[in-house]
Amino acid sequence: MQFSYYPGCSMDTTGITYKLSIEYICSKIGLVLHEIPDWNCCGATAAHSKNKMLALALPARNLAQAEEEGLDLDVAVPCASCYSRMKHTVVAARQDENMRRKLEEIIGMPYKAKADVLNFLEIFSRPEMKRACQEKMYRTLKGMKVACYYGCLTSRPVEVTGASSTENPMEMDEIVALTGAEPVEWDFKTECCGASHQVDAPKAARPLIERIIRNAKANKAQAIITACPLCNLNLDMREGEINKAKGTRYDLPVYQFTELLAVCMGAGAKDIGIHKHFFPAFDLLNEYLRKAGD
Amino acid sequence: MSVKRDENWEPQILAFCCNWCTYTGADLAGLNRMKYPENVRVVRVPCSSRVNPQFILRAFQKGCDGVLVCGCHPGDCHYATGNYFTRRRFMLMQRLLEYNGIDPKRFQARWISGSEAAKFRDTVTRVSQEIKELGPNKKFQEEWYSEGGAGNE
Amino acid sequence: MSRIGVFVCHCGTNIAGTVDVARVAEAMKAEPGVVFATDYKYMCSEPGQQMVKDMIKEHKLDRIVICSCTPRMHENTFRKMLKDTDVNPYMLEIANIREQCSWVHTDKEKATEKAIALARMAVAKVGRDFPLFTSTIPIHKKALVIGGGIAGIQAALDIADAGYQVTLLEREPSIGGRMVMLDKTFPTLDCSACISTPKMVEVSAHPNIELRTSCELEDVSGYVGNFEVTIRQKARYVNHDICTGCGLCETKCPTKVISEFNQGMSERRAIYKSFAQAVPAKPVIDPDHCRKLQEGKCGVCQAVCPLKAINFEDKDTTFTDTYGAIIVSTGYQLIQWQDLYPEYGGGRFKDVISGLQFERLVNASGPTEGHILRPSDQTEPKDVVIVKCVGSRDPKKGKSYCSRACCMYAAKHAHQILEKIPDSNVYVFYMDVRTPGKGYEEFYDRTRKDGANYIRGRVAKIYKEGGRLICRGEDSLLGRQVTVEADLVILETAMVPADGIGEVVHKLGIAMDADGWVQEAHPKLRPVETQTAGVYLAGTCQGPKDIPDTVAQASAAAAKVCGLFSKSEMETSPMTSKVDQSKCCGCGHCEVCCPYKAITLVEIDDREGPKKIRRTVASVNSGLCQGCGCCAAACRTGAIDLLGFTNDQILREVDALCQ
Repeated sequence: MQFSYYPGCSMDTTGITYKLSIEYICSKIGLVLHEIPDWNCCGATAAHSKNKMLALALPARNLAQAEEEGLDLDVAVPCASCYSRMKHTVVAARQDENMRRKLEEIIGMPYKAKADVLNFLEIFSRPEMKRACQEKMYRTLKGMKVACYYGCLTSRPVEVTGASSTENPMEMDEIVALTGAEPVEWDFKTECCGASHQVDAPKAARPLIERIIRNAKANKAQAIITACPLCNLNLDMREGEINKAKGTRYDLPVYQFTELLAVCMGAGAKDIGIHKHFFPAFDLLNEYLRKAGD
Repeated sequence: MSVKRDENWEPQILAFCCNWCTYTGADLAGLNRMKYPENVRVVRVPCSSRVNPQFILRAFQKGCDGVLVCGCHPGDCHYATGNYFTRRRFMLMQRLLEYNGIDPKRFQARWISGSEAAKFRDTVTRVSQEIKELGPNKKFQEEWYSEGGAGNE
Repeated sequence: MSRIGVFVCHCGTNIAGTVDVARVAEAMKAEPGVVFATDYKYMCSEPGQQMVKDMIKEHKLDRIVICSCTPRMHENTFRKMLKDTDVNPYMLEIANIREQCSWVHTDKEKATEKAIALARMAVAKVGRDFPLFTSTIPIHKKALVIGGGIAGIQAALDIADAGYQVTLLEREPSIGGRMVMLDKTFPTLDCSACISTPKMVEVSAHPNIELRTSCELEDVSGYVGNFEVTIRQKARYVNHDICTGCGLCETKCPTKVISEFNQGMSERRAIYKSFAQAVPAKPVIDPDHCRKLQEGKCGVCQAVCPLKAINFEDKDTTFTDTYGAIIVSTGYQLIQWQDLYPEYGGGRFKDVISGLQFERLVNASGPTEGHILRPSDQTEPKDVVIVKCVGSRDPKKGKSYCSRACCMYAAKHAHQILEKIPDSNVYVFYMDVRTPGKGYEEFYDRTRKDGANYIRGRVAKIYKEGGRLICRGEDSLLGRQVTVEADLVILETAMVPADGIGEVVHKLGIAMDADGWVQEAHPKLRPVETQTAGVYLAGTCQGPKDIPDTVAQASAAAAKVCGLFSKSEMETSPMTSKVDQSKCCGCGHCEVCCPYKAITLVEIDDREGPKKIRRTVASVNSGLCQGCGCCAAACRTGAIDLLGFTNDQILREVDALCQ
């Protein structure tokens, strides 16, 4: 299986574990990702809050670059923000022919809007992908209780994403279940993580993180699983801070869902950057891997 | 028969009124002694949807200057859905007449309920005035006489 | 050649003051077919009518034109008058020269001219009148009531008390509907079962009422006074003629099934009575869960029944009867909120319940014997949140309408919680509080004084933490977010039409509105009638309403039925549509536009040259046709026409006016 691939700006930095684990899985199951040449910013946060056309044109250029490659593949996007921006562009260009032409004019290259934009939850939800992953699993995290946190942009706005549910999505739960981990029922799957406001308005944004962690904990989760570099960073980086500031004792490591898959396919901690986590993430995995007799 | 051309020309206007709303409204106008032009004549039909397009064509053919179709307000039809059909047929008919060279203002549809006597008065007065400004309808009449006329002579 | 008589009325000076009536009469004498014309002071008076009768004899008149007031005033008077003569009552036309001429014009010359034109129009029309005969149809004085909730019960009792036969149809094993599930009724806090069960018993004991439970409407044909109705009796597997309702079978049945009556909060057996006071008080077998019927094993009930009333071979049967009138009282159900509101847990939380579930919880005959206990752990809740307008007034997710009763029963629920659980806290999230009704506002006021906290705003999310439910919402009066921790959340959900209403409506040929409620004939003036004569409605099938309104409407519908039944036959207007089948091409345009389903396409034998063929043509059921004429304007071959307002007649009217 092949995809065009738009990594986005976070994959080499804050999303390093996401990147490494995806790469590990690719090598195991033969998934091929063709990175779009000369890609540019997706326009998240800054562009889309200032200028609508710019917000649509930036992803349009990336998608046009992919088309120019001539591979005729759908575009895989790991970051939820990038995914949302690119999906907006595809939908806008498909719905309105005038808009598509205008975008071509702005970016100065043809853009046909043929390719779909997919996030990695969508990709791994495909039955053939699940089957491929299943075949390569030889370790399990049996019994580890996890809360799958989807964040807002993989499902909202539903007119753009076409998500099955904005309140209680199940795709990640089903993928994670392949590892033997047990997704818990909880209520903050798609709540806001505060996104970039964690930087500019921490006072308002920290409680958003805390209530996500609190609810996951209250529903007996031992870890939180994400599918977005920013969600992951926000939760992972702030958990310790919150514990220190409020005297709480939250103890939930935050993994990308691909990390769990990779671990069960045999990845070592360093292969996928477990040591890069802000909140200690090694022990829990180790405990369950050992319990399962590995 | 000559086509009326004199100074004091009054248009001839035919109003198809449904029995349950507009005809009642017209009666109420009478009961309240409201005044409106004499040139409006009402044909009583059970429902505005009874009005066959043929009736309208015949009226214009016979030299009528304006035709009005009136019924209950949409949603209030005595026969539940009749005036919805009237509305659709009216839209089509008006375009057909326009295509045939008849000013669409000569054919109008209005919803007047049984209590809206004043609306009936105002409507027919305004329509009468509008049609007067348009002048006599000669369209079908001329064609009628030029086609049939030659044979008759 | 027709022999037309024209009679011009002075109406005192009402007409004669503006119109030169003598000139009108004189002008009419020149019209083709007119053999007599005169004017008279009061045509509608006794001597005026006598004169018409005399002139009919003297001049052998066969059709009459009367130039007078509006036909809406005296058309019937003159038709009745003609009954005593040789002239058919429908060979009459009236020129409206009062309301639409003398009263609205002042110029005598012009008014007279117009009067002449109107008279000429009537003469032109009457020339093409032909005799029409009213037919009478017998009225079968037996009513069918569909739906045995409080509306159906009330309507059936009212009709039966008036001395007419009634069949009350109920698809469930017992009548009672929603009302019997309720605990108390606002604002008086009467026990709902105490006031409804006596009525249920009365129904079963009434000599004029035939109670048919576990029955559904199969098919309806015919028209007012004569509906042929086929009813399907679903298999009950218990012979109710033998069964005494001892209940032994119920105690021995090994299969437990979630109880519908208790809204899923308790269990019943596979052979069961819906509830203790069920009418009829005899059990039925639920074939979807019975082991014997599903797997062929068990049969315990059959073994223990002392009267051998159990019959596993029972089959659905149908029977047909004739009814003069039908009342639809199919009621409502609550909206399936679980699919619409995943933010309220979408049904994952046991302690988020609907208002009807709460009614069962607080009911002494309910699953907890009236103790308010959380379904999840059977503990008494201390903090209770009530959310109103779940599904109502929410066009994006639910329904755009207001469900009308929820504000009041939310207040009742709050009151009941505060009364039954000391030191409890009740929070009511509301959009508006609507209390139009006798004693309603006072009840709401009392509930607030009892200590219910009313918070104006909607709940955005309900989630679970530490065994408690957290309701996050908005207080729009304070303009801030609020979070309330609760042990129990009650959602006051929207009323929607009962399942299967679409089929009933379709079979009866009546209309539904966009939300699926049955459409009344006129929202203000004919609220309990439908556009199909002889079919009436009662209760919440027409739209959300509370019990007093439901009962009032049921009695109104019953009064309509009794009015219809007070005559043994009814006259039908002969002014209906008629199909000339030789012209009809069978396109079906008329069938589509008929609002009464009076037109059907039928196959007839015909011949094409020497060949015999079958051909489709339209056919009008004159019992259903109300004479609007919409079909006549839709017919492209001119095959269908409206008697009394034929194409030919109206064209002649147009011709006469455009001279």
